Amino acid sequence: MSAAETTTAKAPAVRHAPPPGPGAGPTAGKQSGRQDGGRRGPGAGVPWLLLAPCLTVLVLVLGYPLVRLVALSFQKFGQPQLWGFQEAENVGLENFTRILGDGEFWAVVLRTVVFAGGAVILTMVLGMLIALLLQRVSPWVKALISIVLVASWGMPIIVATAIFKWLFDADYGVLNWLIDKLPGVEMIGHNWFASGPQGLAVIMLLVVWGAVPFVVITLSAGLTQVPKELEEAARLDGAGAWGVFRFVTLPILKPIIVMLTTLSVIWDMGVFPQVYVMRNGHPEPEFQVLTTYSFDKAFVVNDYGTGSAIALVTVFLLLGAVAVYMRQMLKIGEVE
Amino acid sequence: MGLLVFVTLGFPVYWMVNTAFKPAKDAIDPDPHFFPSTFTLENFRRALEIADFWGPVGRSLVVSLVVVIIGIAVGMLAALAISRFAFRGRKIVIVGILAVQMVPLVAMIIPVFLLLNDLGQYDRLTGLIITYLTFILPFTVWTLRGFIVNIPRELEEAAMVDGCTRTGAFVRVVFPLLAPGMVATSVYGFIQAWNEYLYALMLMSQQNQTATVWLGNFITKNGTEYAPMMAGSTMMAVPIVILFLLVQRKMAAGLTAGAVKG
Repeated sequence: MSAAETTTAKAPAVRHAPPPGPGAGPTAGKQSGRQDGGRRGPGAGVPWLLLAPCLTVLVLVLGYPLVRLVALSFQKFGQPQLWGFQEAENVGLENFTRILGDGEFWAVVLRTVVFAGGAVILTMVLGMLIALLLQRVSPWVKALISIVLVASWGMPIIVATAIFKWLFDADYGVLNWLIDKLPGVEMIGHNWFASGPQGLAVIMLLVVWGAVPFVVITLSAGLTQVPKELEEAARLDGAGAWGVFRFVTLPILKPIIVMLTTLSVIWDMGVFPQVYVMRNGHPEPEFQVLTTYSFDKAFVVNDYGTGSAIALVTVFLLLGAVAVYMRQMLKIGEVE
Repeated sequence: MGLLVFVTLGFPVYWMVNTAFKPAKDAIDPDPHFFPSTFTLENFRRALEIADFWGPVGRSLVVSLVVVIIGIAVGMLAALAISRFAFRGRKIVIVGILAVQMVPLVAMIIPVFLLLNDLGQYDRLTGLIITYLTFILPFTVWTLRGFIVNIPRELEEAAMVDGCTRTGAFVRVVFPLLAPGMVATSVYGFIQAWNEYLYALMLMSQQNQTATVWLGNFITKNGTEYAPMMAGSTMMAVPIVILFLLVQRKMAAGLTAGAVKG
């Protein structure tokens, strides 16, 4: 936050006072609405006028479905309701009590939390390590790594999923072949997706591979903001490499780290195509995460009510996880 | 160390390209080759043959372009409002637009599906465009705001002192400075819309599938045809990665400005 910005934000009415006098020509009427601080004048509506299209679209394309989602989760809504043969029936909390009382649902919740948590931690740690490494390597190695980072960042998720499927293919995957080369290891034909935990670990790798570049590039940008003098000073005071990182670098990067972690939590809890495509559109029970589970309930079993209830529980789980970030956002709203 | 990171991160991409140019029988050789023994375009021909390629690509193109045009036009006005005006309720709008991005797409798919079904927009490109706005619009507002915040207000003020109206100052001074940011935001938004999978899968039938869903055609009941699939992947990824390469620096700047500067 630059000082200039803070001041302008605090005193817009003064700095953008309307030019006195009516002599602004024929467009005066229209232009008078363009003043920042015209809180009392006809200009007060201008920002809202500018916002109107955006807010309208958002309310229509987002607000309405959200309301519908909540309504659905309290309804019995299946095939007959979809085709309009039957009215949707309100069943109160039935959908929720059913899923919350279902052991399978809790297994899915636990799996999702472990999966997303693992992916987030791995992404952040690897991202930080690579960002730190990038500061140290020679320029041409740095350039090489940057190209690779951008290439994997820009890779469509669906393409990345296809590639990983190919790498981990049981019979012809290059990974099995490579591991097989190690002495005493028999890996050809090993099916990574025969077991849930192993298969999900592969999917986690895929998610992390796709997420690391964004984290590295953002953290690298952040690292350039760390004043060299501070690091020098810490070193002179006898801090080791870890000490400098822990007490100088980390605190300065904290806002960026919090933002990246929050975004990662949101993205990794919402992982869908990776699981869906890796399992050819039919994830086995031990591969189900909340997103695919909700999707299956809604579109495979045609129980839209329960599917919505699961989706809603997911949203609340997420809100809980990112509550910290929400508070920070509110603070941002205040300082501006 | 650096080279190790380079190799590990880059390998999946390399393996895709490598497989794409290999003869199909080499792809399923139990002893994989790290370079194609013979360089062939056969897989690309095969990829185009397995399923209609240009139809899905055309549809993706139309959807992504329209979404970006609407997103930029509408998002620009909103970004301007929250970055250049002080008004009551501004905080709520900012937090609201940010919070909207946290709603996972998957949670929305059920009501969106039912809604489009009711409106008769299921399996229509317009329906897809409307739904894509849910994630493109907040993103556009937020990044454009990041770019606008970086343009000093003093420039506008100077122009107004010189006799420009507020709108005039914006059009003549801010707009040209914002242009690179707008291009970057458009390209980035385009890529996001292009890459979307879930909605495209759910809201469009087989006849109207988009490019991302098209890739699924290589997975058949008799297994996956990897060599053509990698060729298809290459065709889908290369243009996107190149676009990405062109704007990512700019984008990173805009995103960090948006995140750090309030």
